[in-house]
Amino acid sequence: MELDLLIKLGLELGKIVVIAIVVLIFMMVAVLYMVLKLRWVIARIQSRLGPNRTGPWGVLQTAADALKLFQKEDIIPCGADKWLFTIAPAIVFIPAYLVYVVVPFGSGLTAQSLNVGIIYLSAISSISVIGIIVAGWASNNKWSLLGAFRGASQLIAYEVPTILAMIIPVLITGSLDLNEIVSSQGGGIWHWNLFHLSGWPMLPLAFLMLIIAGLAEINVAPFDIMEAESELVAGFNTEYSGMKFALFFLAEFAESFTLSAIVVTLFLGGYQPPLHILGGQLTGLAFSAVSLFWFMFKCWLMVLFIMWVRSTLPRVRVDQLMNLSWKALIPAGLVNLLLTGAYVVFWMPK
Amino acid sequence: MLAKDFLTVAIFMIVGIAFVTITLIAAWVIRPYRPSAEKRGTYECGEIPTGPAWLQFRVGYYIYALIFLVFDVEAVFLFPWAAQLLKFKTTNHALAVLGFVDMVIFVAVLAVGLAWAWKKGVLEWK
Repeated sequence: MELDLLIKLGLELGKIVVIAIVVLIFMMVAVLYMVLKLRWVIARIQSRLGPNRTGPWGVLQTAADALKLFQKEDIIPCGADKWLFTIAPAIVFIPAYLVYVVVPFGSGLTAQSLNVGIIYLSAISSISVIGIIVAGWASNNKWSLLGAFRGASQLIAYEVPTILAMIIPVLITGSLDLNEIVSSQGGGIWHWNLFHLSGWPMLPLAFLMLIIAGLAEINVAPFDIMEAESELVAGFNTEYSGMKFALFFLAEFAESFTLSAIVVTLFLGGYQPPLHILGGQLTGLAFSAVSLFWFMFKCWLMVLFIMWVRSTLPRVRVDQLMNLSWKALIPAGLVNLLLTGAYVVFWMPK
Repeated sequence: MLAKDFLTVAIFMIVGIAFVTITLIAAWVIRPYRPSAEKRGTYECGEIPTGPAWLQFRVGYYIYALIFLVFDVEAVFLFPWAAQLLKFKTTNHALAVLGFVDMVIFVAVLAVGLAWAWKKGVLEWK
């Protein structure tokens, strides 16, 4: 009898471990593809060719780069704090991976749907700033330290607008569970939070805020002042090389996929098809497959949008960046919050 | 149920730590190790580094950090409120109105703080 229970428990644990590994592999493949796509897109926008030599059309370029990084010598500067220097990439990478626990990839395709999904999301994703500070400080390098300080002020400034934007769909839906937020948007494109007429104009404003603040949270251009190449060499990861640098890189791109996933989940209907006839009538496994396709398709469009933004807009200055958050986004977010609250209590149809 | 939910998070964390450890160790086995004084020197654009970076530093965002702390604590109160407001509306409308008025007062207090900091000039990055 006890043996039975143990076997059951073991199977359950094994299942979760398999899911965790599948998600990890998905993340790797997504990052490899996104790096390649980014280089193609930016090359296209700048009228260059981009990677086209390694493998057909250059598709093996990032895999080759990863292999190269894997066998590169790992240099720890003599002045650095050796242990903190080694731990920092892990502190940045592990939260970036942990966020994927709650991402609803499709109907029934969530590693674990948490009833505090959005709190979990914002709590975990803000851990990585600690890793950035640790990396900058442990390097004992002035560029790294400056980059880390800038990064910390930027990330804490944009944490609040992100939360104020994510809370609007929560108010309208009445749930913190990402899966419930997605299922409330089913039935066609006009039910998605962004296009839902009854949530106008609070939801589109929150959408805009989430994209701006999210771009700053994942520190891509135009908000990449913490690793501004022309000012700080490479910011907090100046001294990093080899596999440790690769972990930072991996985390950065994983976060940019996460941002797309959050925007899609909260505002663009998550895994719901845009029209009911495009998969909405299916059930069970078939719907899971179709919804996975739609989620990935929307995320892919979102990722392309981020790449377009980062290759088009010039970098903002530090003071502009801080002003934008504290003097524009946060007041707007607070007003938006109260408006949405009043709307939900007094006007929203039941 | 709840414990099982966070068991998944714990297992994800273990897998993440294992992944980082394994890749770092594997890279450590494969990679060469030929240090030299130049290689291990701190990078300062080719110049010889002048002094360590561990020095007293004017932390320009000290006040920002304090304000951030207030707003982040606010978020902890906001999320449960946001998740429950709709439910209260359908079950007990008076309570929902009360909750909304409370939140208006709460946000107003915060906004006054932000306005004060703004007027005081601490939101200027110098």
